[in-house]
Amino acid sequence: MRAVRGADFSLAAGEVHALVGENGAGKSTLMHIAAGLVPPDAGTVHVDGREVRLHSPRAARDLGIGMVHQHFTSVAGLTVAENLALAAGRLDGWTAGGVGTRLMEGLPPHALASGLSVAQRQRLEILKALATGARVLLLDEPTALLTPVEVEALHDLIREFVKSGGAVALITHKLREVLGTSDRVTVLRRGIVTLRGMTAEQTEQSLAQAMIGVEGVASSEEGSGEQRAPFAALGVTVEIGVIELRPGDLVGIAAVEGNGHRELLRAIARLEQFPGVRVTGTVALVPEDRTAEGLIGELSLAENLVLGLGADPRWARRARLDWNAARRRTAELIEAFEIVAPGPDAPAGTLSGGNQQKLLLARALETRPSVLVMENPTRGLDVRTTEEMHRRLRATATSGVTVIIHSTDLDEVLALANRVLVVHRRGVREAPRGADRQAVGEMMLGVQPVNGEP
Amino acid sequence: MDGDALVLLTGFLAAAIRISTPLLLAATGEMLNERAGVINLGVEGAMLAGALASAIGAAAYGSGAGVALAVLAGVAVAALFSAVAIGARADQIITGTAITLGAIGLTGTIYRTAFGPGGPGLTLPTLPAVAIPGLSAIPVLGPALFEQPLLTYLAWLLVPATFWFLFRSWWGLALRATGESPESARASGVPVERVQILATLVGGALAGLAGATLVLAQVGTFAEKMTAGRGFIAIAIVVLGRWHPVGVLLAALLIGGANALQFLFQAMGLAAPYQLFLVMPYLLALLALAVRTKR
Amino acid sequence: MSGPAARALLTGTIALLTGFAVLAMGLAAAGYDPVLALGALWRGAFGSWYALTSATLVRSIPLIILGLGLALGFRAGVFNIGAEGQFYAGAIAATWVGLQVTGWPAFAAVGAVWLAALVAGTLWIVVPVLLKARFGVLEVISTLLLNFVAEATVSYAVTGPLMEAKRIYPQSDPIAATARLPVLPGSRLHLGILVALVLATLFWWLFTRTAWGFRLRAVGLGPRAAEVSGRISSGRVVAVALLCSGALAGLGGGVEITGVTYTLFQNLSPGYGFTAIAVALLARNHPVGVIFTGLLFGALEAGAQGMQREAGVPAVAVQVTEAVIILVIVLAEVLVRRAGTLRASEPAADER
Repeated sequence: MRAVRGADFSLAAGEVHALVGENGAGKSTLMHIAAGLVPPDAGTVHVDGREVRLHSPRAARDLGIGMVHQHFTSVAGLTVAENLALAAGRLDGWTAGGVGTRLMEGLPPHALASGLSVAQRQRLEILKALATGARVLLLDEPTALLTPVEVEALHDLIREFVKSGGAVALITHKLREVLGTSDRVTVLRRGIVTLRGMTAEQTEQSLAQAMIGVEGVASSEEGSGEQRAPFAALGVTVEIGVIELRPGDLVGIAAVEGNGHRELLRAIARLEQFPGVRVTGTVALVPEDRTAEGLIGELSLAENLVLGLGADPRWARRARLDWNAARRRTAELIEAFEIVAPGPDAPAGTLSGGNQQKLLLARALETRPSVLVMENPTRGLDVRTTEEMHRRLRATATSGVTVIIHSTDLDEVLALANRVLVVHRRGVREAPRGADRQAVGEMMLGVQPVNGEP
Repeated sequence: MDGDALVLLTGFLAAAIRISTPLLLAATGEMLNERAGVINLGVEGAMLAGALASAIGAAAYGSGAGVALAVLAGVAVAALFSAVAIGARADQIITGTAITLGAIGLTGTIYRTAFGPGGPGLTLPTLPAVAIPGLSAIPVLGPALFEQPLLTYLAWLLVPATFWFLFRSWWGLALRATGESPESARASGVPVERVQILATLVGGALAGLAGATLVLAQVGTFAEKMTAGRGFIAIAIVVLGRWHPVGVLLAALLIGGANALQFLFQAMGLAAPYQLFLVMPYLLALLALAVRTKR
Repeated sequence: MSGPAARALLTGTIALLTGFAVLAMGLAAAGYDPVLALGALWRGAFGSWYALTSATLVRSIPLIILGLGLALGFRAGVFNIGAEGQFYAGAIAATWVGLQVTGWPAFAAVGAVWLAALVAGTLWIVVPVLLKARFGVLEVISTLLLNFVAEATVSYAVTGPLMEAKRIYPQSDPIAATARLPVLPGSRLHLGILVALVLATLFWWLFTRTAWGFRLRAVGLGPRAAEVSGRISSGRVVAVALLCSGALAGLGGGVEITGVTYTLFQNLSPGYGFTAIAVALLARNHPVGVIFTGLLFGALEAGAQGMQREAGVPAVAVQVTEAVIILVIVLAEVLVRRAGTLRASEPAADER
């Protein structure tokens, strides 16, 4: 299994070099090699013109390479100062340079890392890299969880850093970010470099083509589908305050991490409390964390089906369970949803992410729910499975289910949903029909529109 | 009457401190262990192994050798635990239980083989109490606190030492980070497995030392299963002390004091079934857990 | 034989052989003749009809019953390390009731005694369960501490309130004749063996064929998924599992009193509560497997006595064997887990 094959990547001082590609294209692997987390099977790493062997993150750090991961690696129970001391390798006597002083503002040194906001935690991550004397920063999807304003602030920081002689490798799949921030760009597709050049010469289309290899744009703005099935007259399934959701609606939740959207979704799924939420009918939830909350890896597919459905009369007779009936039904679902699996007795943990997600969707729909809630429906899925999932979601809504999704990818939310709800500080408002990315983004930040709102 | 009361009080305090020393040593070790994210139920086995080793060493070469051998035995038991539970990442609780079981079997076998089944107890050179000049002259507290075996003073010295290590040194920070979030610590460059193994070995050494204290400074001989759950009580002491060196000291003194009550009662002529004092430390530990657990 | 079952059998066999190998090597190092010792071990367990029935099988009974209780707990992901204490609690209750039921018809007498033992075992684990539920106290520590409390309580009982009328030895009077179980003539093998077998069958059915058994397994393997996807209250399932585990351990104590000893005394249990850990683990928590592993460890303990008699090897030496067996199984589980994740990390056809 080769993650990356014959890829060349170079970074010069004073430049921002974007590394682009779909999930699984190999960009993270390439950066992990540079950061000393993964040894390369073949090829070399050169720093300052000298060949080096990076056998550990420590080695990379000593050479001035710092990686800022997508998943924050601060120790929650320690303070900001302690986290920095830990990263720096000494209790005091370290510095973080010019940019570092700017980052320090707004980061109380004795605050626990667990109490910081997402943007603050990211600043801490960058500070940690700088504290080890990094002149090269490898940023992995740094703007994934930030509001548009925080994104701008980060881009300013990056510009200041490279102006003072640093170099930044920016891993992202957001094409607009590439065009707006980087000097050079390299595109990876399935581990191979498909495009390399100056950003100024590229467009979204050229980048997307290199990324997917087909005509078309990766994060498409198809415009919200007006797939309003003729159910408008039927009863309301979900009420959130004055907002009424009906069968056939494909509702997208747009929110910045930490504003309460998770609680809202879980409240609709009847797992938590959220003010003003009333649901009629059955609700099925496909949780974000497939392997911890959705499926039990050691159990078979059939057993996972029974887990999600509980006392279904097809196989549960009073206290007894009819496993053969459960297996039969699982086999039928495997076929219907085109799940790649040896059979209903295969352990769920052996399925790929995409097939696990399909199984979860199949199980959720098996309960004939009035409402389907999906957290991050295409997380970790490749392009093809993502498109398939989008198709199935639209079909589910068309069949009369109220589908409610949330995705950290705002573009996905806008592309899929015919109604968009924005959650800000635990308050829910519906975005006006046809609102564009900018408008929704402002709502996510609580910016009041100039003229009145619905 | 006053003089008698003071004598009683002094005797009680001295007994409390004497009894608490092995608990304090084992708990300090376990505290380091758990701060690094490892819960080691084998501490009971390590203590028992240390107890037997100290008996053998003392009988052969004197109390100094006994203490040294006890430390080695404790480290050996901890090493086995590290290999299985940290190196191989096997379940910590089951591993620790199995190791304690094995230690009970092994020490029992060795003891009976070496000294015959149910033979007379060994008489061993005990560790004498060493009076600190000046301090030991303070009324009541003097003889109680400052006429104790050297191992007790060592246990006390470990309190500020571990405090300084945990909160004023980088490696202590690294250890705490390992316990809080091993993956994040690893990302910051901390050699997580090495830290955990070292913490476990130190814990084992201290548990072995606790066993030596029990044999050479308290009971004076070895008997099968003599640790009687002190290792597990030490774990409860760590919780009660909130994983903090000073808290652990106070908790150990509390439990030691509860145990020492039996001497007080005896001396005062109060009759109570001895089993009551036997269970007091366990019940107290249970209470402590209920009151203090938050993790 | 299915994959996992074959694997379990293989790891079990390896664990056993390793345990015996370590025992033999240790004995040799200590100056004993390992061949003589192991031979004595065998003879003590299987050397005669009497050895088989009155040593091995008799010892297997409490091991199977306690082993079932532990297996139940393990299936739900929880470790009842306090079975020893619950056993004693059951024994105390059984003795007390057994002394009261003189003149009762046999069924009622035995039933009352067993019920008391069951309830006592449950009560002995209720405190740890509540502590876990309310305060999050690790059940491992709380049940462990209660073991020692139980032993002290036995000591108090047999030197105090339950002491024999003659007041010579620290033991109770024998329980009423009607409360004693029938034995196979010429041996000490008592009705308890049927109880053990019936319980094992019952639990096999419960585990594999009922929704409750499935919930146990789900909570044991994936508590969060069980909560979110299965709407199962993991806390409640675990609490019930612990209570049942305690009940079984208590019952084991009651069966021992009514079947073997008829009196209460200290050290009634040669560590059944701990050996049962090995029994459950070696059987991979399978109720029918527990029958076989219970027999195996019963043989081991019986053999240990023979080893001590004939070869002079201290009987406690087998505890080392048991410890090694547990360690090998626990290590094997790690290997299996690693192999599983290795397979899962290879990309399937649709990825990449």
